[in-house]
Amino acid sequence: MMPWSETRDIFYNGLWKQNPGIVQLLGLCPLLAVSNTVINALSLGLATTLVMAISSGSVAVIRNFIPNALRIPTFVLLIAVLVTIVTLVIQAYAQPLYLILGIFLPLITPTCIILARVEAFASKQPTVQSILDGIAMGLGLTAVLVALGALREVVGKGTLFSGFDLALGEIAKGWTVTVFPDYPGFLLAVLPPGAFFGLGLLIALRNLIQSRRA
Amino acid sequence: MSPTPSVTRIMTQVLWALLPGIAAHVWLFGPALLFSLVLCASFGLLFEAALLKARHYPLRPFLGDGTTLVTAALLALTLPTLLPWWLYAVGMLFATVVGKHLYGGLGQNTFNPAMLGFAVLIVSFPAQINVWPAPAALAAYSPSLGDAYDMIFAGARLPIDAFSAATPLDSLKTHLRAGHEASSLMAAQSIPTLQARDLVALLYLLGGLYLLARRIITWHIPVAFLGGIALTSGVLYGLDPAHQAGPFFHLLAGGTLLGAFFIATDPVSAANTPVGKLLYAGLAGLITVLIRSFGSFPDGVAFAILLMNSAAPLIDAYTQPKVFGHRRRHLPGDKP
Repeated sequence: MMPWSETRDIFYNGLWKQNPGIVQLLGLCPLLAVSNTVINALSLGLATTLVMAISSGSVAVIRNFIPNALRIPTFVLLIAVLVTIVTLVIQAYAQPLYLILGIFLPLITPTCIILARVEAFASKQPTVQSILDGIAMGLGLTAVLVALGALREVVGKGTLFSGFDLALGEIAKGWTVTVFPDYPGFLLAVLPPGAFFGLGLLIALRNLIQSRRA
Repeated sequence: MSPTPSVTRIMTQVLWALLPGIAAHVWLFGPALLFSLVLCASFGLLFEAALLKARHYPLRPFLGDGTTLVTAALLALTLPTLLPWWLYAVGMLFATVVGKHLYGGLGQNTFNPAMLGFAVLIVSFPAQINVWPAPAALAAYSPSLGDAYDMIFAGARLPIDAFSAATPLDSLKTHLRAGHEASSLMAAQSIPTLQARDLVALLYLLGGLYLLARRIITWHIPVAFLGGIALTSGVLYGLDPAHQAGPFFHLLAGGTLLGAFFIATDPVSAANTPVGKLLYAGLAGLITVLIRSFGSFPDGVAFAILLMNSAAPLIDAYTQPKVFGHRRRHLPGDKP
C-alpha cells in the first residue's frame, strides 16, 4: 500500500503544481477547440481522463517488457486503441455528443499530455501510482477545460450548462441556467480567439495566486 | 517613468489633424458622431485610469498624454454612429485593456489598439455594427441630437432603413453577389452615399498632409499603403473590370485614407525602418484590396493593418539600415 502523502503529492501535482492545461500547456488542441461550452469541455475532459488513467496504468504494467527504442510507437499504439474504444462507446451511448465533439475525440490520441505522462511518469513508476497520476493529470486538464468552457459560455452566449441533455438525456433538459437574459451574444468568446484570451486570463490568474502565496 | 512631452505633442497634433474630417462628418452625417466620440473618450479614460491604478503608474501624466484620446477618436471614426453605448464600451475595453495594457502599456503594444477594438466588435457583433447612418441630405429621416441620445442610451430602435444606408463597399459587395456588374453599378450611380463619404475622406487626406508637413509622420507609410491599394486594385480591375471596382473607388472608399495617414502610421505598431515602412504599408494595401475583393467583410483596412502589425517586428529585423562604416546590413543572427 502506498503512503497517503504520495497520493496527495500526485494529486497536488496534477491539479495545481504541474496542471497540464495552465502550467505545462500540454493538450492545448482540445483545450482551445472544444471549450466553448461547459458540457463540451466536461465530456472531452472526462474522456481524456479515462484514456489517461487506463493508458498510464497499462504502460506501467508492461513497462519492463517494452524495448527502450520502441517505447514511443508502443505507447502511441496503446493510446490509440484506448481512444478508439472510448470514441466508439461515446458514439454508441451519446450520439448527439459524439456529433458535437466530432474529430476531437479521435484527436485525443496525439494529445501531448497523454504521451508526456506515459513517458515521464508511467514508464518509470509502479502501476497504482501511474493510474493515480493519469487520473490527477486528467482531472487537472478537465478542471481547466470546464473553467474555460464556463467562462466562454457565459461571456459568449450568456448561459451556463446548456446542452447537458446531449450527454445525459431528457433528465438534463432543464439544467440550462440563463445568466444574462436578452444577451446579444459575444461571438468572439465562442470563436477560437476567445479560447486564447480565456486561457491567457486563466494562466495569469494562476500565476497571480502562485505569486501571492510565495 | 512618464511619457515624454513629445508624446503629448504628437498626439495633440494628430487630434488637430483629425478635426477637419470630424467637422465634415458632423456636418454631412448629423451630430451623432459627437456622442460616439465622447463615449469612446470617456470609456477609454476610465479603463486607462483603472489599468494605470492597477499597475501602480501615476495617473496624471499618462491620462493627459493624449494617446487614449487618439485611440478613442480613431475607434469612433471607424465605427458607425448611433450604436448602443455598450458597444463603444466593449470596443474601448479591448482597445485599452487588451490592446495596450496587457502588452505592457504605452509604446509596448504589438497591435494598433483602435483597430483591435474595431476588429473585436466587427467580428463579435456583425448584426449590430452593420448599420451605417446615411448622409443627412439623403436619409429619409435624419436623427436629431435627442433621437441620437435615445438610440445610444435608451436602446430606442428607429426603423433602420429610415436613417441608414449601405456604405459604398457594402453595396458593391451586395450587387456583385447578386450577379450585377461593377461597371454598370458605377455608371448607374447606385452607390448614393459615395459623395458625402468622399468629402470626409478627402478631409482626412488634408489632415494627413498637415501631419506630413509637421513631420509627425513620414511619407513612406501613406504613399506605400495607397500605392499598394492602387496597384492591387488596378491589376484586379485590368484583369476583370466587370467584377472589380477601379483604383479610384478603392482609394476613396471605406477606411483607406483614414487608415493610410492615421492608423497605419501608428509609430508603436508600425514598422520603423524606411525600407520596412514601405514593405509594411505596401503589403497592408495589398491585403486590404484582397479582403475587399475576395473576403466576406466589406472593408479590409483594419484586418490588413492588424496582420501587418504582427509582421512589423520581423520586417524591422530584416530591414535594418546599413550602419555607417559597415559593409552590409545587419541581419538577425549576425555576430555583433
